[in-house]
Amino acid sequence: MNIIVCIKQVPNTTDVKIDPVTNTLIREGVESVINPFDAYAIEEAVRLKERCGGKVTVLTMGPPQAENALREALALGCDEAVLVSDRKFAGSDTWATSYTLAAAIRKIGDFDVILCGKQASDGDTAQVGPGISAHLDIPQVTYVKKIEEISGTVAKVERMTEEGYDVVETPLPCLFTVVKEINTPRLPSLKGMMRAKSAKPLKWTAEDIEADPAALGLDGSPTRVIKIFTPEQRKGGEMLKGDTADISKELVELLKDLVI
Amino acid sequence: MASITISLDKCNGCTICLKACPFGAIHMANKKAVIDMAACTLCGACAEVCKFSAIEIKEDSGQKKDLTAYRDVWVFCEQKKCVVQSISFELLGEGRKLADKLGVKLCAVILGSGIEALAEELAERGADRIYLVDHPALKSFQDEPYTEVLVKLAEEYKPEAILCGATTIGRSLVSRVAIKINAGLTADCTELDIDLKERLLLQTRPAFGGNIMATIITPNHRPQMATVRHKVMQEAGIEKGRKAEVIKKSYPEEVFKSRTRLLDIVEEIGETVNLSEADIIVSGGRGMGGKEGLALVGELAKALGGAVGASRSAVDADWIPYSHQVGQTGKTVCPKLYIACGISGQIQHLIGMQSAKVIVAINKDPDAPIFKIATYGIVGDVFDIVPALTKEFKRVLKK
Ligand SMILES: Cc1cc2nc3c(=O)[nH]c(=O)nc-3n(C[C@H](O)[C@H](O)[C@H](O)COP(=O)(O)OP(=O)(O)OC[C@H]3O[C@@H](n4cnc5c(N)ncnc54)[C@H](O)[C@@H]3O)c2cc1C
Ligand SMILES: Cc1cc2nc3c(=O)[nH]c(=O)nc-3n(C[C@H](O)[C@H](O)[C@H](O)COP(=O)(O)OP(=O)(O)OC[C@H]3O[C@@H](n4cnc5c(N)ncnc54)[C@H](O)[C@@H]3O)c2cc1C
Ligand code: SF4
Ligand code: SF4
Repeated sequence: MNIIVCIKQVPNTTDVKIDPVTNTLIREGVESVINPFDAYAIEEAVRLKERCGGKVTVLTMGPPQAENALREALALGCDEAVLVSDRKFAGSDTWATSYTLAAAIRKIGDFDVILCGKQASDGDTAQVGPGISAHLDIPQVTYVKKIEEISGTVAKVERMTEEGYDVVETPLPCLFTVVKEINTPRLPSLKGMMRAKSAKPLKWTAEDIEADPAALGLDGSPTRVIKIFTPEQRKGGEMLKGDTADISKELVELLKDLVI
Repeated sequence: MASITISLDKCNGCTICLKACPFGAIHMANKKAVIDMAACTLCGACAEVCKFSAIEIKEDSGQKKDLTAYRDVWVFCEQKKCVVQSISFELLGEGRKLADKLGVKLCAVILGSGIEALAEELAERGADRIYLVDHPALKSFQDEPYTEVLVKLAEEYKPEAILCGATTIGRSLVSRVAIKINAGLTADCTELDIDLKERLLLQTRPAFGGNIMATIITPNHRPQMATVRHKVMQEAGIEKGRKAEVIKKSYPEEVFKSRTRLLDIVEEIGETVNLSEADIIVSGGRGMGGKEGLALVGELAKALGGAVGASRSAVDADWIPYSHQVGQTGKTVCPKLYIACGISGQIQHLIGMQSAKVIVAINKDPDAPIFKIATYGIVGDVFDIVPALTKEFKRVLKK
């Protein structure tokens, strides 16, 4: 079974801080990490390989330093890594990002399953996974919390919904986006880390993936960000004081209109 | 290929752009702003703030397209088991305002099986026209047939905007539709407005886990598509007897084909309300000490008719299923009231709940970060306070 897992390098949210004076995002010293949801996608890919045999290719589109994320994925058990990187990709919205990733996946060629995270912690759109499957015209199942059964040609999975879950059967190849509940990611193994160190990820440019230049980057993106601002920071309010009985009475009084 | 340049003549070194860049791509050299091309994503935030027009972003935009054929605001209305979901009423409420500003019709799209009766309800909620497709294959949501039908409708009737809920269904569906019809799609909006001059939908949304807000437009593609966060927009009111034009469409069988097959729909949320729908949420964290402690949270939630949430620590300790987790890797909720019991308030938890209208925090540590955002804070022992609150609420609510 050939598995492709798409990962994105994002700024570590624990480090994202707002400058209280200028009310802007402080990015200095912010470390880049693998998008938290993608850790589950990597783990699921490696488990599928352990279950069915085959190989896992990890794919990212990003600046040259995104190679670090790929090495981390290799240490976690992925077999091959592809970095698509080109100045032409700058300014990609989700349309252009999923176009570019779909083109790279076509070049990788043979695949049965594509795994993505539910969403990225920076852009936060959850649109790239379904975008890739639409570009490739393959079926998709989003918010997958369990792959119940999988063989060479079909899979049965559970898709999380607001009320519970759907059980869905799909032919392969198919794209899944996964949620946290699907597994508990392992730590990198020593062997994996050694291998990752010496591995050489493939590096592809826009030309390598035979992409239409008009569909790339800002030019290929229907949306435009016209303004970025920090929301007003929520301020702490009142601290209630007194003994338990007083506090309960006071709070219930304050909230009465809200709860009735 | 698009490019960005800073004019050395115009730049006066004020450093405003440097602070505006969400990607840390600008630094100062010789009192002039310099852009690191490897880090810049061409997002345009710097050009927007430079008061000296020193930053220019050039695009290879082809010809300006004629977009005048696109009219009307559409709302994709979700139904489950033939019940219109409340998010649809919120979208109709917001869509009404946008359509009025643009001077166009508000249209509802509804897909399902045996749903003809729902048209009346949508008309009463303000839709001027309803596109209704009734077919057994559309009974429950499935990505492919829903996508095909929405694509067909949009291609034939050419709306200028399509709104859809940022729900599991909405996000899966329109992400796929937007690619097929070459449209721009803005995710999870919390504010929408119209730029009348350009007839543009101004879409504002949180990103970076709510740490920043971005306003996004789709200048040269139609329809302009957006998913909208649940519980943010006001529901449309009901106007009894209001009528709308209903357009029933049918399509050849192949349009309804699905490669995936829905085998079963399992509903798990038994005793309490669905978190994302809940107006009141009581959440417990590690401070609740265990399953028994968390039961106190459940009792308070029950007394208030609310849902139970949890921090990741409580979920990881197996005190409660993951479906209750609030936060970055759990659910984003937006209730009227959020009561956090024994939760410290780490950023990953706050991301999921900080847009609640009123936040109450109960924690024994006066320095717990949760107090920085709580509307009302109580320093004390949860085992003391939570049962007392339950009792007091029960007493008052009985009246
Ligand atoms: C503030 C801000 C707001 C934005 N809002 C929008 C918007 O509303 N609409 C829009 O179209 N664009 C938007 N963008 C652009 C968008 O962030 C980028 O297109 C980004 O490349 C992908 O989107 P995402 O981060 O939301 O990923 P998501 O769609 O949330 O990511 C889902 C999954 O797709 C895969 N994936 C995503 N990106 C990559 C990648 N580069 N390489 C490999 N796999 C990947 C991963 O598996 C990931 O878990 C916004 C950008 C910013 C800075
Ligand atoms: C990538 C990533 C994603 C994450 N996603 C999420 C997420 O989605 N949701 C989430 O919640 N977390 C998430 N986390 C974890 C998050 O960082 C915190 O670890 C977690 O929220 C802490 O949970 P807690 O507040 O219950 O526990 P703690 O931080 O241990 O806090 C317990 C609190 O209870 C108080 N307390 C103890 N006993 C009592 C008592 N008797 N009476 C009153 N107060 C008491 C303590 O003072 C303390 O403040 C994520 C972390 C990472 C790295
Ligand atoms: S905001 Fe404009 S003038 Fe100020 S440093 Fe940046 S480019 Fe120069
Ligand atoms: S376009 Fe955006 S990413 Fe590039 S330098 Fe300006 S603000 Fe930074």
